[in-house]
Amino acid sequence: MELVAFVILTTMALVSGLVVIRHRNKVVAALALAGNLVSIAGFYLLINAQFLALLQIIVYAGAIMVLILFVIMLLNLPDESRRPGVGGIQGVLGVLLAVAFVVILGMALYNATEGSSFPAATGEFGTVESVGVTLFTNFFYAFEAISLLLVVAMIGAVLLAKRRL
Amino acid sequence: MTDFTLILITLVEIVVMVTALMLGVVIMTWVERRLSAVIQFRLGPNRVGPFGLFQPFADGIKFLTKEDIFPSESYKPIFLLAPGLALVTALFAFSVIPFGPTIELFGQQIDLVVLDMNGGLLFGLAATALGVYALVCAGWASRNKYSLMGGLRSSAQMISYELALGLSVIGVFMISGTLRPTLIVQQQAGWFWEWNVFSGGQVLGFMIFVIAGFAETNRLPFDLPEAESELVAGYHTEYSSMKFSMFFMAEYVSMITISALVTTLFLGGYNLGFPVPFEGWPLWILQVAAFVAKVGCFLFLFVWVRWTLPRFRYDQLMDIGWKRLFPLALFNIILTGLLVAFDVI
Repeated sequence: MELVAFVILTTMALVSGLVVIRHRNKVVAALALAGNLVSIAGFYLLINAQFLALLQIIVYAGAIMVLILFVIMLLNLPDESRRPGVGGIQGVLGVLLAVAFVVILGMALYNATEGSSFPAATGEFGTVESVGVTLFTNFFYAFEAISLLLVVAMIGAVLLAKRRL
Repeated sequence: MTDFTLILITLVEIVVMVTALMLGVVIMTWVERRLSAVIQFRLGPNRVGPFGLFQPFADGIKFLTKEDIFPSESYKPIFLLAPGLALVTALFAFSVIPFGPTIELFGQQIDLVVLDMNGGLLFGLAATALGVYALVCAGWASRNKYSLMGGLRSSAQMISYELALGLSVIGVFMISGTLRPTLIVQQQAGWFWEWNVFSGGQVLGFMIFVIAGFAETNRLPFDLPEAESELVAGYHTEYSSMKFSMFFMAEYVSMITISALVTTLFLGGYNLGFPVPFEGWPLWILQVAAFVAKVGCFLFLFVWVRWTLPRFRYDQLMDIGWKRLFPLALFNIILTGLLVAFDVI
C-alpha cells in the first residue's frame, strides 16, 4: 500500500519536475511546479508529517505559486523558441553539482543502517499538536527569531515598494 | 475492523457524499431560479413537472447536447483540465465534514465522515486553496482578454479572502483545542447555547467566516471574476456544453461546502441543539436531518443575498478584505485568546 503510493508520488514528482525545466510554455512550467509541490506534500503524508503536508499545500501550492502564476500571466511572455540548451560554464557547473548531490545522497543512504539515526515515527508525530508543542518548547527562541526576521522582511518590502508609489 | 471493510465503508461513504452533493446541486439550481423569481416578482421556470421541479434535468439534457467548443487559439490541455479541477477540489473539501454522528450498522461503528483526519479543517482549507488554479487556468487557457481578466481577478480575490477565512476559524480552534472536525462537533453537543457561536463567543469569527465564504465561492456581491457587465462571463466566457456545466456544478458544490463548514465550526454541526429522550436510529436520522436543515438555511442565505445586493467595485473588494476583515479577524483571535486565558469560556 505504502509502496504503491510512494511509486505513484515519485513518478508524479519526477515528471512534473522535468516539465518545469523542459517545457517551452512558462505557464505550463509554473503549473507543473504546483503539481510538484502537491506530490511532495504527499511524501510528507507518507512519513506521517500531516501538518507539514497541509501547510505545504496551503502556503506553497495555494498562495505562493498562485502569485507566481499571476505574475507570469500578466507578463505574457512568448514561448521559448528553442529549449534551454546545455552548454558553456553553466552546463559544466550544473553537471558537477548534480553529481556531487547524488554522491552526498548516496553516502547518506549507504551510511544509514536500519534504526540507527532516526526514530520511527509514531502516531502522534507530525500532528498539529505535537508540532506546536515542539515549536513552543524546544525551539522557542529560534521560532521567535524567525518570526522577527519575517516581520523585518515584510517592513523592508513595504519600504521598498512605498518609494515607487 | 479489517482493512477491507474500512476501504469498503469509505468507498460507500464517498458514493453517498458525491450523490448527495450532486442532488444538492440539482435542487439548488431549481431553488435559485424559483427564489430569484419570487424576489423579483416573476414566476420563474414552472412548466417542466410540478412547480418546474424537473427543470434542472431539462437543463442537464440541454448541456449534454450542446456543442462542445474549443476556441481555436486556446491551449487545449489546460483548457480541458480546468473544469475538472474546479469540480474535484470543490468535492475534496467536503470530505472532511462530518454529516452525521457515529452510527452502528451491521455491527460496525461507522463515522459519517469520509476523511476523519487530525488536521481535517486544514485539509478543507487546502482544498479550497487549490480551487483557485481552476479559475486561473480557465482564464489563461481560453486566450481571451475577458477570460484572463476574470482569472486574474479570481486569484487576487481568493488569496485575499482566504487569509480572512483562515484567521476567522482560529478562534474556534482555540476554544476547542483541536482541528479534528468530528471532535469540534462533539464538543458542541447539548443545548444550542453550547454551540461555538454562542458559548465560545465566536460571533465575530462567524460573521467574518460567512462574508469571506461568499468571496471564496465567487458569489454576489463578490462575483467580480465573472462580472457580466464588465467581463462578459469572466473566466468561463469561452466554455460551452458540459465543460461549462462543470464550472456551474463546482460553484454550487463549493457553496454547499462553505455552508457545511459554517455549520460544523460555529453552529454545532449535526447536533440538534436540544436534548431528546431517545437514542439510536431515530436520533441519528434526526441529526443528519438537522445538519441538512442548517446547511439549507445558509444556502437560502446565499441565494437571498445574490438577488438582493449589488456587486462591489474592485477597490472596495480589496478594501473590505485587507483593511476590514483581516484586522477584525486578528482582533477576534486576541479577544478569544484573552477569554480563554482568563477562563471566561
